[in-house]
Amino acid sequence: MSEPVAKRALVAGHGDFAAGLVSAVEAVTGRGELLDPIEVKGLCGEDIQLLLRKRLQAIGATVIFTDLQAGSCTMAARRLLREMPGVLLASGANLPMLLDFVMSSADDAQAAARGAVERARAAISVYEAPT
Amino acid sequence: MTLVLNRIDDRLIHGQVVVGWGQPLDVRFIVLVDDAVAASDWERELYRMGVPPEMELRFHSAAEAAPLLDAYRLDPHPGILLTGDIATMRELVLHGGVREVNIGGIHHRAGRRQYMRYVFLTAEEQQALRDVAALGALVTAQDVPAARAVPLEEMLAHAEDV
Repeated sequence: MSEPVAKRALVAGHGDFAAGLVSAVEAVTGRGELLDPIEVKGLCGEDIQLLLRKRLQAIGATVIFTDLQAGSCTMAARRLLREMPGVLLASGANLPMLLDFVMSSADDAQAAARGAVERARAAISVYEAPT
Repeated sequence: MTLVLNRIDDRLIHGQVVVGWGQPLDVRFIVLVDDAVAASDWERELYRMGVPPEMELRFHSAAEAAPLLDAYRLDPHPGILLTGDIATMRELVLHGGVREVNIGGIHHRAGRRQYMRYVFLTAEEQQALRDVAALGALVTAQDVPAARAVPLEEMLAHAEDV
């Protein structure tokens, strides 16, 4: 089943964060192609912003997932939002968030992303052995 | 405690600074010295939202910061002095009191040559770092605490092989 192009998103973060998460999404759902992992090693903030803009425009996406709130990808994406106000940024991305995004039945990517953020919050748990 | 790290990093506030250095050094405040950021409400707010609430963030232009550094060094809490470029750090070193300079990230740009994975310099920037060292500061490159601090001259010599 093919997915609409509008449901695609960028994933950006430290080290191999993006490639690793997208690889995990592909392994679990087979829908890794809905996410575009961005490699930013060695780039300054300005170049990260430029790369994000290019990739968003190239694939027609309006959603960016990043890792740390204070991370350079998040900072670059927040600057980009000033130029591209129709883009939605979700920081603190994790695997449950991206899985929910690619599996969402929402019509558009931003609605899917908003729902995914809420589901991801609820997916964090702590388990301890019973005493 | 005092200013425990004097860092040049063109990404300014980001994960390595806030988490990588900030947590192990128990950093309570960051002095961000950058003329453009200091002059822009929007830029200041952008960076303020990037640090945890328990970490104070102060913004200054280079001219404002130089005479304030002595007071920051008397702060009982550990802090980081952060500039986005070498010229600003050189100005602060010239003012006195900055004895160690950490090169944390100067990334690729046209006209720069690569020295380390995260350090790219023009010939003028290379000379500016040597000027900083000549002023008496120990200049090393180290992106995160777990990495080795690479002395300036070793880093510059390495570039011959890149």
